[in-house]
Amino acid sequence: MRYFLQRIAFYLFTAWAAITLNFFIPRLVPGDPVQSLIAKYRGQLSSDAIQSLYVLFGLDKQESLWQQYLDYWKQIFQGDLGLSFTFFPAPVSQVISQALPWTVMLVGITTIISFMLGTGLGVLAGWRRGSWADGLLPVTTFFSSVPYFWLGIIAIYLLAGPDSFFPSSGGFDSGLVPAWDQYFIPSAIQHSLLPALTILISSVSGWILSMRNMMVTVASEDYITVAHAKGLSERRVAVSYAARNALLPNVSGFALSLGFIVGGTLLVEIVFSYPGLGFTLLQALGAKDYPLMQGIFLVITISVLVANLLADVAYLLLDPRTRKEG
Amino acid sequence: MSQPVLEIRNLNVDYGLGDKAVHAVRDVSLTLHRGEVLGLAGESGSGKSTLAYGLTRLLPPPGVITGGQVIYHPEGGQPYDVLALTDRKLRQFRWAETAIVFQGAMNSLNPVHKISTQLTDVLRAHEPKMSEHTRGARAREMLKLVGISPDRMDAYPHQLSGGMRQRVMIGMALILQPQVVIMDEPTTALDVVMQRQILGQLIELRERLGFSVIFITHDLSLLVEFSNRIAIMYGGRIVEEAPAATIYRDALHPYSAGLLASFPALRGPKRELAGIPGSPPDLAGMPSGCSFHPRCPKAFDPCPTTIPVLGPPADLNSAGRSVACWLHPALEIS
Repeated sequence: MRYFLQRIAFYLFTAWAAITLNFFIPRLVPGDPVQSLIAKYRGQLSSDAIQSLYVLFGLDKQESLWQQYLDYWKQIFQGDLGLSFTFFPAPVSQVISQALPWTVMLVGITTIISFMLGTGLGVLAGWRRGSWADGLLPVTTFFSSVPYFWLGIIAIYLLAGPDSFFPSSGGFDSGLVPAWDQYFIPSAIQHSLLPALTILISSVSGWILSMRNMMVTVASEDYITVAHAKGLSERRVAVSYAARNALLPNVSGFALSLGFIVGGTLLVEIVFSYPGLGFTLLQALGAKDYPLMQGIFLVITISVLVANLLADVAYLLLDPRTRKEG
Repeated sequence: MSQPVLEIRNLNVDYGLGDKAVHAVRDVSLTLHRGEVLGLAGESGSGKSTLAYGLTRLLPPPGVITGGQVIYHPEGGQPYDVLALTDRKLRQFRWAETAIVFQGAMNSLNPVHKISTQLTDVLRAHEPKMSEHTRGARAREMLKLVGISPDRMDAYPHQLSGGMRQRVMIGMALILQPQVVIMDEPTTALDVVMQRQILGQLIELRERLGFSVIFITHDLSLLVEFSNRIAIMYGGRIVEEAPAATIYRDALHPYSAGLLASFPALRGPKRELAGIPGSPPDLAGMPSGCSFHPRCPKAFDPCPTTIPVLGPPADLNSAGRSVACWLHPALEIS
């Protein structure tokens, strides 16, 4: 338990550092949001409008940096991440909360499937070395070494099109309104299939490879020979003795990859114009939308930290050796 | 002599296939009798562990058994060849009839399972009808038997010392009351005090439960003390086999004599310790004739050319011993 509290303290500190950096970096960039908005509207703003914008962004008060920092924290705890320029006047938190579910659903589910599929195949390939499962490796490795955007474009080129089942872009049919109903959900699933498939193809080989290698390493451990000598069934030896131990490094890899779900899908969402967080980040970058970028970075940072914490917890649960006390 | 429990007949084990195969065990015949401790000694690479793995078909690839038979005599049943068992029958045979205590005391237990799980999964596999409660009781009983407090049932292997782990392994080996227990250097990872303690306990358990032991080690001094009979292996062959006391007093094969001269006697006058010159043979390129001849101080004419046969020496009238050496050629058995 002490170990666990130590980890929590560590993550809280890291989160504080990340959020603080997130506060300072935009302030080190020359110009301010109002200047960018003025530039965006090409001088069509009256001086009154400019003044009200300054008030809106809270830049009118000549506050000290420290006071701004305290306000920033206050805002974060209220879930207020400021206003987005790109989607002006929508608040950043609203933009993110619209984009986040798309990313989490698409990439989250795909990552979980990819992990389970890859680990399963890796167990098989490692346990029965030289069987058909080993033959999968070069194929999947080939696909994962292909640059992702190219794979996505090829997939769109070959499989998507006006007459095809697979739509080439977007998260749902443009004629529908997002809702949990029988029209929207099938459309959303249909739109997610192709991106999901390409993510799966490009990421599964990593899991297969690492799991297979761990299986091979573990298979030569003494306790595997003992398990065989004990007359346990092949299945029990493979699952409960070999795979159970081989899984450990993969689990932490998996928890870390959960952290990158939010941030690491830029290419997927760009290629498929998928309305997720990565796509939103691209738009924010294009528009120099600092509040939105800040907000997205914050979400990414926190998700990576939470994933790390999950990895620690998973390890504690799976490997008795990491528990300090009996 | 009492009846045999395990008969190894002309066992051959290779590593690899075809021309590049390394013959690790060559034409070994050995009989283990009921209730006996048979010691198997030799340098590293002499094939003793391979022999042990081979007779339970646990050889890691690329090990292959290329010939021979391992006849097991169950108590009050028909003898059968272990090497001819189907996979299913083999699984039933393992541990229930022949349990093994392995070399690495440290790594023989699965680090992620409690020792209770590892003790009971043997029972679950071999006696599926046994209730959960009986299984737990049996596991606790085994721990008590090897001198570990049953409240350590829920401990993980890393919470136990090396000696305790090896005791757990011994308890695990005895849980199905096997007829044969193979000990593959069971105490190499332990300190001398712990070695004695564990071996003493094992001998005591053997007297109580009546199983037979094949005890593999390179420490001949341990064997002299704990075993009834000793077989000495060199280069994949058995070169001498005799009752422990006989070997100790009067080893016939120069290699056995060399092994015995390489450790100090506890009692009696001090004597010069001598090693065996040279190094163990390369199994891939065995010397012709007797494989020990390049290192043998007494080698003479026939040694480099002809392989001596293991058999009772013709020139000595000592019963129950055999040797493969041209100094004491075997009795021609017609």
